[in-house]
Amino acid sequence: MPTNPRTHIVTSYGDELRRLRDMIARMGGLAERQVADSVDALMRRDSVLAAEVVARDAALDGMEREVEQYCVRLLALRQPMAADLRLIIACMKISQDLERIGDYARNGAKRAIVVSQQPRMGSLNGFGRMAELVQENLKSAIDALVENDAAKADAVWANDEPIDGIYNGIFREMLTFMMEDARNITAATHLLFIAKNLERIGDHATNIAERVHFAVLGEALTDERPKADISSSAVVNPPG
Amino acid sequence: MNSETQMTVDPNGSFGGMQVRSDAVINVRNRIEIRNLDFYYGAGLPKALKGINLNFPDRQVTGMIGPSGCGKSTLLRVMNRMYSLYPGQRAEGEVLLDGENLLDARVDLNELRSKVGMVFQKPTPFPMTIYENIAFGVRLHEKLSKSEMDQRVEWALSRAAIWNEVKDRLQASAMGLSGGQQQRLCIARTIAVRPEVILFDEPTSALDPISTLKIEELIDELKNEFTIAIVTHNMQQAARCADQVAFFYLGELIEVAPAAAMFTAPKHPKTQEYITGRFG
Repeated sequence: MPTNPRTHIVTSYGDELRRLRDMIARMGGLAERQVADSVDALMRRDSVLAAEVVARDAALDGMEREVEQYCVRLLALRQPMAADLRLIIACMKISQDLERIGDYARNGAKRAIVVSQQPRMGSLNGFGRMAELVQENLKSAIDALVENDAAKADAVWANDEPIDGIYNGIFREMLTFMMEDARNITAATHLLFIAKNLERIGDHATNIAERVHFAVLGEALTDERPKADISSSAVVNPPG
Repeated sequence: MNSETQMTVDPNGSFGGMQVRSDAVINVRNRIEIRNLDFYYGAGLPKALKGINLNFPDRQVTGMIGPSGCGKSTLLRVMNRMYSLYPGQRAEGEVLLDGENLLDARVDLNELRSKVGMVFQKPTPFPMTIYENIAFGVRLHEKLSKSEMDQRVEWALSRAAIWNEVKDRLQASAMGLSGGQQQRLCIARTIAVRPEVILFDEPTSALDPISTLKIEELIDELKNEFTIAIVTHNMQQAARCADQVAFFYLGELIEVAPAAAMFTAPKHPKTQEYITGRFG
């Protein structure tokens, strides 16, 4: 009888490992939605949606605790080895990344409520584009885990640069708005934080990709990741 | 500055002194080197070992794992020439102990077995007193005075972590000891002749968990003085005891690696399947 080498001899153990991947996939899905909705709320000045994002974050926190308990249980009861061990450790850490992504989304949503009460200021298209890229990366990283696909994870890892690029643009833009009119400072400051949050979410997506790479291949991604966030040394001089 | 808060980071990227990358086995002298070893249980039978090349680093524990019939116990039996007791069994290649080929027909088997001791799956005490169990083997190799022999017996029993339990009943029969005690007695008997290498063939498979841990603790102690090879079906045991682990399958050595690498990121798919319990 032909047997599938990927199937665990102990069926219930195999089921538990599948369930763990499933939990991360669902958690990833919720995190993606939180990011999408928080940016949507910002762009549409929709404080009701923003409030929903804030309220929903508790679910992600709960899921992280659940994943952690489940992993500890698996470690204690199954004594996993090799690829199984790496998967469990990776899932435990990925759940932390996803929980943190949720925190950034919630923070962005809170700020979106404030921004919606301030005068409009330029276009927010950069935010929409940034959120799209971040979500793509996040989705690919979680898919890479579910599909056990290291190449997909590596692609995410190398694909964070454009996000940094947009962030740098927003940074300069907001400084300019603030210099033009002091009444822009409240909104621009909140928008800066929102952009920074999105940039951090992108970094967490690359963390997830790194962990998937390790889980699949057993070796860490150690090369220097391409980065383009130069805002920490940016200077904009006031006109005149 | 509080010295406890000082932390040094070594250039290999580890702190806390743990070997993250598994180079522990490198830079050690090999006590035993196996070269191109083939083994036959009889004429016309297929090879039980196929072209094995494996080093046993000095004063380290080498764990050997693999499914039943993979050749790991056969390899132990070659390493102290136990197979020579059975006509028709034949080994080709080299097993070098400190450079000397053990497979050479001129090797004195009694002397070899005092250099390469073996502990079996089931405790095998002789039906004699505890004292005689130890002294018997020593007398085959050395002439010792009564007081020297007393010292040797105490040394061996202490090294095997059983002295305190038996020192007041050395003249009692060894058959009255518990299974775990009998196994430690057998380890004492093995080390009493001061071997260089100790082979353990499933030494704890007949023991309860606490006795098992005592034997594992003992192996950890013994590796300061001896080179150790242990065959085990229990992967957690190999993970706990061994410095390097060798995986055998169908008479072939599939992979050998430091224990941490073997159980976190084995290279060969067959190893991966075996240690994660996905064997086809």
